[in-house]
Amino acid sequence: MSLADQPKSAIESNGLSRRQGFLLLWLLVAALVALPIFAPWPAWLNAVLISKKAFVSAIMNGITLAGLYFLVASGFTLVFGLMRNVNLAHGSLYLLGAYIGYSVTQWTGYWLVGVAAGFLALALIGILMQVIVFRRLEGDDLRQTLVTIGISIVAADLMLAVWGGQTYQLATPEWLDGAVTLPIITATRSNGAAVFLTFPLYRLVVLAGAIVIGVALWLMLNRTRVGMMIRAGVDDRAMLSASGVNVHMVFAIVFAIGAGLAGFAGVVGGSALSIAPGEDVRYLLASLVVVIVGGMGSIPGAAIGALLIGLAEQIGLVYFPTYGVVLTFVIMVVTLAIRPQGIMGRG
Amino acid sequence: MATTDLPAASAAKGNWFERIGAGHFLLAVALLVYPAVASDFFLTQIGGYSLVLGMLALSLMMLAGYGGMVSLAQITVAGVAGYAVAIFGENGANVLGFGWPWWIVVPWAVLLASIASALIGWIAVRTQGIYTIMITLAIATAIFYFAQQNYAIFNGFSGFAGVRAPQFWGVDWRAPLPFYYLCLGIAVLAYVAVLYGARSTFGLTLQAVRDNPRRMRAIGYDVTAHKVFAWFIAGIVAGLAGVLMVWFNGRISPGTIGVGAAINILIIAVIGGMRHPIGPFIGAVVVVLMQTFAIDIVGAQRFNTLIGLVFLAIVFFSPDGILGLWERIKPHLAQEGLRPGG
Amino acid sequence: MKIHRRALLALAVATAFTAPGFAFAADDTIKIGLLATFEGPFTVLGEDGERGAMTAIGEAGGMVGGKKIEIVKGSSDASPDSAVRAARKLVEQDGVKVLIGPLSGDEGIAVKDYAKTQPGVTFINGSSAAQDTTFRDPAENFFRFSTDGAQWMAGLGTYAYNDKGYKTVATVAEDYSFPYTQVFGFMAEFCKAGGKVPSKSWVPIGNKDYSSVIAAIPDNVDAIYVALGGADAVNFLTQYQQSGGSAPLIGGSITVDQTVLTAQGKLRDVLVGTPSAGPTADTNDAPAWKAFVEEYKKQPGAFPSPSLFAHAYYVNTKAALIALDEVKDDLSDGGKAFREALAKVSFDSPTGKVSLDANRNGIADIFLTEVSEGADGTLLNKLIKVVPQVNQTLGIPEDQFRALGAVSRDNPSCS
Repeated sequence: MSLADQPKSAIESNGLSRRQGFLLLWLLVAALVALPIFAPWPAWLNAVLISKKAFVSAIMNGITLAGLYFLVASGFTLVFGLMRNVNLAHGSLYLLGAYIGYSVTQWTGYWLVGVAAGFLALALIGILMQVIVFRRLEGDDLRQTLVTIGISIVAADLMLAVWGGQTYQLATPEWLDGAVTLPIITATRSNGAAVFLTFPLYRLVVLAGAIVIGVALWLMLNRTRVGMMIRAGVDDRAMLSASGVNVHMVFAIVFAIGAGLAGFAGVVGGSALSIAPGEDVRYLLASLVVVIVGGMGSIPGAAIGALLIGLAEQIGLVYFPTYGVVLTFVIMVVTLAIRPQGIMGRG
Repeated sequence: MATTDLPAASAAKGNWFERIGAGHFLLAVALLVYPAVASDFFLTQIGGYSLVLGMLALSLMMLAGYGGMVSLAQITVAGVAGYAVAIFGENGANVLGFGWPWWIVVPWAVLLASIASALIGWIAVRTQGIYTIMITLAIATAIFYFAQQNYAIFNGFSGFAGVRAPQFWGVDWRAPLPFYYLCLGIAVLAYVAVLYGARSTFGLTLQAVRDNPRRMRAIGYDVTAHKVFAWFIAGIVAGLAGVLMVWFNGRISPGTIGVGAAINILIIAVIGGMRHPIGPFIGAVVVVLMQTFAIDIVGAQRFNTLIGLVFLAIVFFSPDGILGLWERIKPHLAQEGLRPGG
Repeated sequence: MKIHRRALLALAVATAFTAPGFAFAADDTIKIGLLATFEGPFTVLGEDGERGAMTAIGEAGGMVGGKKIEIVKGSSDASPDSAVRAARKLVEQDGVKVLIGPLSGDEGIAVKDYAKTQPGVTFINGSSAAQDTTFRDPAENFFRFSTDGAQWMAGLGTYAYNDKGYKTVATVAEDYSFPYTQVFGFMAEFCKAGGKVPSKSWVPIGNKDYSSVIAAIPDNVDAIYVALGGADAVNFLTQYQQSGGSAPLIGGSITVDQTVLTAQGKLRDVLVGTPSAGPTADTNDAPAWKAFVEEYKKQPGAFPSPSLFAHAYYVNTKAALIALDEVKDDLSDGGKAFREALAKVSFDSPTGKVSLDANRNGIADIFLTEVSEGADGTLLNKLIKVVPQVNQTLGIPEDQFRALGAVSRDNPSCS
């Protein structure tokens, strides 16, 4: 046990100090952002940024979208961190989760059942993929990656065969529906009444869910025995195996969590946006960029990457729609040029 | 025509027949007489197109096989050359189209492509191994989006149509027979260059870098420079393929360089095999035949399932592609009856 | 090395002998190529296009001019490259002399370019609706009996300004040629009537999150013109509803088609009352339309109502059959007589009289519609008005229309 304890404390002190640093940075950024958000804007600022409503909405949408991206990317980064497996079928897991969630919701009539089904079904598929496919190709990173490409091609086609090319949308339950009024003044009417910003409740709930899951993941990784084993596996797979841990079991658990999170994100994202063929590639690319920017294998990195990419996407969409889609990739290339291992990645 | 004789010419001294090898000789003969038995459709749509895709996969095989860098941006590099041909040559889109003569446009397009390739490589080699796939996929997507959104240079979503192959020496190079021989000639050049390049000092150094970068760095080699140069060379091959591709299609649009197309090149290389430069061409022929005739056999609807399953089977059972499959079967055939099972 | 040589040899032998034979049609059959999207996300649309074509062939009893019709299918994935590849296979390998297709706008332009290299083959459009396919640099042997995306908007701009009373409208559309064409068609009339379009949002195709785009639309516009298709339309409408949007909408032809109207969710609340225009209307009472719907429904897997893809493939196939009948399937002169007959075809389609202009582009009736709730609660496009015999220049003299320039992000403009 002392063997396993050693790396644990090393990581923790390292991770915490870094985390504290970023926390400070975050608070600073938050304060800077909060200041203009709550105060009414002078006319010139409105003119520059289209309108306060547009700007604040873009920020809010960026942050809530980041929540969704984090859900997808955290599973991706977790699997990579432990298994060095670039799962290019991760987007397919997202889409499959969404479809399953949709079908189950239609069948049972309960959205929450659909969410649970999306998570559980994909967690199961994740275990199957690990046991049937990846275990046979252990240690051969390239072939594992190639296999995931093959799986994603077949999966996309089979999903098209089963669910067709239509667009589906999961109806959220009543209690998550509608908009909330935020204490943010976007404009003042001629009679002096203030116009407050309204924002969809569901998106806020998704963000809250992402934060809860992020914290839960962090706690699991840092405070539980399984998490300890996973982190030990990240550092030295062979040594973990040598110290008597059933590595395959750990791998299967990680894959289950990773794939399950993708499925969960699929149902949640399919309710906020929609489900259609092609979404698999979209979320795969989003996850790729998020984890490349944030740092492969790091959960806090995925959070930071998701926030950056979500904000960049929404701000780009409003202020320079023509090249907005390219912006996220520019961020990625710049990150790579300055810090190849990503913001939170370990060299 | 002349270019196809190049392997013979370059090995003029000594017993040239033995140096080239019977297999190559027979293949050359078969490819040269292929037009005699093939219809126009089989000449260009199967023959020419396979050679073009084969060259693209060859550029990937070069990077992956000798340099250990699996790139998903080869179609992007080809696209740079293709767009350059449309932009600096003539196109029917009434956007740009400077109308430069082909003998300036082609080298310029290939040069641009290899520079783009070197730049992509410069970014990609900052990371290692499996990361390269992700980085190149992301870069390929970025360029795809940029081309789709930019109207001033890339003419946006519609891209460029009406790009024609040049006519010189009294030959229309897009006519089936000349185009086939043009593709064949350039493909043979690229094939021979890669085959011999792999045994050159640079080729051997690159393979050493692939196997042990740390030791090579310690000996005093500039590892990054070698890798980036490999990307530059691969860019020339992909760029040539890109020129042929835009002449073949007569058009280029963002869809040509999309994610699906990028993955298609990887599929071709993997199915063919990445151990030997002939692999990519075998893969290209197989994939093109499947793509063309799947609709007559299994229907087009589930074509992707078919190709995905073939791809999976290859990755699972024969990591070296069809080439590897052949190597496995061959001992059985040769020793049939002598030693059952092998 | 030895092993590789054997491999090469085997490969060489294999390729040499896969050489083809042209599969010539037997004397008593006529081959028609049918090009549509049978792979990728647009498969559903391609299959409905096929149903439309098969409806026309079914009506003819599978025979034309005394010969049996043999359909050879070609598949694209909606990309221009794949469309040309499939067209090449149909023409050069399968030897068809008459080809119907493709499905989408940029495919249409690509196939038109290819048509120029095959003067002996006659190309008839499927459902592609880009303006430039027939309007700029047309091909002599490419015919389109269906109408283009700008024609589909006929009457909508005037209706929005005069009848609905919208003076300023913001537009939200996907960033590629088909929506440019639709916005062009809408604005050509709307601006002429005196309307203003202060803000145009071009959103990259496949974008999912429209909430920020919605927030950036000026608050003081009277209505929002939306030209988005399929999943994009569903996303926009849902998020517009969620954000509590109150400005009424005006729809592009594929924004309010059955694929969007049948989508689940609360987007229906914002859809009811949305005016639109297009080549078909769900509540068309004309007997010809009803008969067509009945025939269409006999096809396997048919939708409750034919999509505009089925309609366009039907109209084009019907025209081809009429002309083939006239020349008694005689294509021996490189199809010259057939094309002459085709150019003169004028017939009563389920949606009114269809004929061709000098550019071989269709002149047909366009239907002004409004989304309304049917008796069983389903949403459908209720017919408001028929705009008779719309031509490609929208009634504007051709030289003036040409002077308006090609469609783009910035053309036209009336802010």
